[in-house]
Amino acid sequence: MTTVHERVDTFHDNDQKPVGYGRMLRKEDPRFVRGRGRYVDDVQLPGMLHLAILRSPVAHARIVGIDTSAAEASPGVKAVVTGAMLAELNLAWMPTLSNDVQAVLATDKVRFQGQEVAFVVAEDRYAARDALELIDVEYDILDPVVDARRALEPGAPVIRDDLEGKTDNHCFDWETGDEAATEAVFARADVVVTEDIVYPRVHPAPMETCGAVADFDAVDGRLRLWSTTQAPHAHRTLYAIVAGIPEHKIQVIAPDIGGGFGNKVPIYPGYVCAIVGSIVTGKPVKWMEDRSENLISTGFARDYIMRGEIAATRDGRILAIRTNVLADHGAFNGTAAPVKYPAGFFGVFTGSYDIEAAYCKMTAVYTNKAPGGVAYACSFRITEAVYLVERIVDCLADELGMDPAELRLKNFIQPEQFPYTTKTGWVYDSGDYEPTMRLAMEMAGYAELRREQEEKRARGELMGIGIAFFTEAVGAGPRKNMDILGLGMADGCELRVHPTGKAVVRLSVQSQGQGHETTFAQIVAEEIGIPPADIDVVHGDTDNTPFGLGTYGSRSTPVSGAAAALVARKVRDKARIIASGMLEVSVADLEWSKGAFHVTGDPGKSVTIQDIALRAHGAGDLPEGVEGGLEAQICYNPSNLTYPHGAYICVVDVDPGTAQVTVRRFIAVDDCGTRINPMIIEGQVHGGLTDGVGMALMEMIAFDEDGNCLGASMMDYLIPTALEVPDWETGFTVTPSPHHPIGAKGVGESATVGSPPAIVNAVVDALKPFGVRHADMPLTPSRVWDAMRGHAQPPI
Amino acid sequence: MQVPAPFEYERATSVDHAIGLLERLGSTARLIAGGHSLLPMMKLRLANFDYLIDINDLHADLGYIRPGRDEIRIGALTRHRELLESAELATAFPIFAEAERVIADPVVRNRGTLGGSLCQADPSEDLSAVCTTLDASCVIRGPGGTERVVSMEEFHVGPYETAVGDAEMLVEVRLPVRPGGGSAYEKVERRAGDWAVVSAGAAVWLDGGVISDARVGLAAVGPNTTGMPEVSAALRGQEPTESLFERAGAVAAASCDPVTDQRGSADYKRHLAAELTKRALRRAAERARS
Repeated sequence: MTTVHERVDTFHDNDQKPVGYGRMLRKEDPRFVRGRGRYVDDVQLPGMLHLAILRSPVAHARIVGIDTSAAEASPGVKAVVTGAMLAELNLAWMPTLSNDVQAVLATDKVRFQGQEVAFVVAEDRYAARDALELIDVEYDILDPVVDARRALEPGAPVIRDDLEGKTDNHCFDWETGDEAATEAVFARADVVVTEDIVYPRVHPAPMETCGAVADFDAVDGRLRLWSTTQAPHAHRTLYAIVAGIPEHKIQVIAPDIGGGFGNKVPIYPGYVCAIVGSIVTGKPVKWMEDRSENLISTGFARDYIMRGEIAATRDGRILAIRTNVLADHGAFNGTAAPVKYPAGFFGVFTGSYDIEAAYCKMTAVYTNKAPGGVAYACSFRITEAVYLVERIVDCLADELGMDPAELRLKNFIQPEQFPYTTKTGWVYDSGDYEPTMRLAMEMAGYAELRREQEEKRARGELMGIGIAFFTEAVGAGPRKNMDILGLGMADGCELRVHPTGKAVVRLSVQSQGQGHETTFAQIVAEEIGIPPADIDVVHGDTDNTPFGLGTYGSRSTPVSGAAAALVARKVRDKARIIASGMLEVSVADLEWSKGAFHVTGDPGKSVTIQDIALRAHGAGDLPEGVEGGLEAQICYNPSNLTYPHGAYICVVDVDPGTAQVTVRRFIAVDDCGTRINPMIIEGQVHGGLTDGVGMALMEMIAFDEDGNCLGASMMDYLIPTALEVPDWETGFTVTPSPHHPIGAKGVGESATVGSPPAIVNAVVDALKPFGVRHADMPLTPSRVWDAMRGHAQPPI
Repeated sequence: MQVPAPFEYERATSVDHAIGLLERLGSTARLIAGGHSLLPMMKLRLANFDYLIDINDLHADLGYIRPGRDEIRIGALTRHRELLESAELATAFPIFAEAERVIADPVVRNRGTLGGSLCQADPSEDLSAVCTTLDASCVIRGPGGTERVVSMEEFHVGPYETAVGDAEMLVEVRLPVRPGGGSAYEKVERRAGDWAVVSAGAAVWLDGGVISDARVGLAAVGPNTTGMPEVSAALRGQEPTESLFERAGAVAAASCDPVTDQRGSADYKRHLAAELTKRALRRAAERARS
């Protein structure tokens, strides 16, 4: 069942402090707006030293020798460590999240510009940085592989000669769907449209760069590590495996995190260096990378070179979608994705459409670029998949001369088809697409916009309307087929109600700004009737929270949100038994309404959850077999992913003289199932839409032919400001997830996934008078001008 | 956090003090005013100086906008924000406020200075294009209070290179005021606050409905901001019409020398040189008429 709501702009109920779902200000914000957040770089420990990393200035070179003597003699320097020294400790290489290995410090070769070569630990960060300049590295420069399209050419330099028997730059092949069935459908289709579509390499660029403070105590063998991580528990287990420190002796603490967007999922060499630095010097060691280091060496996103093909009938029935993808994974395969999903969840490239066949073949290659591959709010490659399908559907609309909204409406999976198994095997849990699409069109005034466009075209003005309709797959995931390095993707949760009726809930997921301290308090409040203000949310410290895989892929609410609801129900079940004793009736005669049990048929006879908490901890009798206390813990294993969807409409104006694009309006209707705090949802959507403007119009990590990164500062790598974005117009529909305990689907990445195709479709639509059917991101003025002249080029 | 190499730092208490320090320390010293170009380069260790001489305390002496009958004199330490908000400047040369509105962001504009902008000599820098358009002259002071005055063409001797010597300092910029003038600024940037892909300043002086003089200053299409004498020659003595501006744009495009970079292709920049020249001239002429 879908219910359609009017757009909600009012904030009138904000101060009502709902006991459960509803708009309320974020509990964490007072400390942020007062500058009292505590980030990794705020951690100061007695005797703490500072670490700086020497990075490769070139993309591909053999290391002939490293002379550290001058650096060692530099004032304030306590240690200089190279790859050769790490190799002696068997720490020069570490596993990546995709079963590849990555150099902590280069031993044999450097494989991308910015790769870690050595580190210095010194009394302050100035001394550490000064000493880096005194390290003399002799490089034997090798030809780099920069263009992924040429990585598999015979004679291409072999990047990964560290892998035994490796003679080329092939990383992996992957396919999904039915090749033969798809070919058969294409063969009989009236219309086939093919388009080459590139999703360029971009970077999450969180405001806080990555860093760590490592404090190893040689006496008791304990390691405390404050680090910028979205997944503290997963990191702790990996450190135990890599560094050989017993897991119970490792405490990973993620304090306030200044943005992640996937950038803080992987373990970076810098974290390991900080740990080694602390072990070597016997002191706490802080490493904070600078902006350039973050941009050139940490997890990038995208970098898919795609050929999309779509087959349809002449009257606009989509029959099949086929794609061939060349994936650039950089020098090491550092992709963070469930192990059995080397291309993440790219398999949802069939989109929101009921089609007969689909097939994808992917080849991934190594290049001399930074490793990573999944980041920037992408829901495990769904960003690329949605961009592909929503772009190619627009190409089909153009070919058929059909309105793109009409084409989409005609092909949607129908509500009665859910749960719907796609031709690539994904089981969409629920959806009702047409009301969402219709609401977006109504908010936009779609018909009127088309009329305006027609008038403007007649006057030579360039206006474009772009639509994207997405279905996401989030909340990884069922442990039977989803794990990261063997760790199942289920999440624990603990809830403890104190004697006075206040509570603490402990989570494994880690907020990077999403508002977990509020949302999770509201989830628990909804279930047990304790006001959110009385519920403390604890996260980010492995010593104080249950195990779980962390926050990425929009999984916090779908996985840990379910855990929080279920653990609260478990507590409520116990409370019911205690209440039955207090009210001297059987549990069957009790009814629950927010915050209290009362006797059926006698509402005056009731006990509140606070009364029950006191009794649970008090001296009086409890029903037979009931232990004291009021707390519970669980581990939630999702039975399926959740599938949020949304309809986005973008209106752009393009200056015909300068080719500058202005995003005039953006309408975003999201359906993330049950809505917990609408204000937080809107905030997530606003942020993601802004991300989308960045990627569509300006962001790209580019390289020159020597493999030099051309996006190494905020001056070169542009991210959007308030001046590039319109006032967002948001709306929503609600289609609850049938298997999620509270029906919530997650929304963290929806807008980042859905907005780039809407914006690109709008720009391409504006350029229709020039015969443009496709132009690749980023649509900078120069690139739009090229497209207007019929010279659109891929962004290399 | 990016940290610069070690340097020594002194705050100048007077212009002569600053010049005296420069004279003593030579090319190992650098003046710092707003610091918005210098400090990032030092943090990236692209520029390393042994000494920084901070002249921000001299704002009382060098931060001013003084309108006169024949010229407006602007002190080198005048901040972007002061240029943006000056009513006198807006009346005489609307190009200033138009350019300032698209220079970086308020935080940068609160601190960055006119002198610093010109001395950085970045070919994409907006105020250099403005001063080129307005035929500004630059007052350079040396040891012993000696002063020399150079034109913008002489001031910029190459990318990131000026006529200011090791023991000298830019102290003032002078803008000639002539009757019947109008000015405007056009910029294309990839994002608010970015350096120009191309920008164009234009100033037009009318006499009896005919262009008595016109100047165009283009940024980001050559080694320095370019004065475009060919464009001035094409405009002088003509009636200000759309087709004339179109022709002037074509001359500007033909006379400039852009290169392909991350901000855009050389072809696109040449196209913009024409388009923005045309637009800036159009608005400058409208203002000259009114």
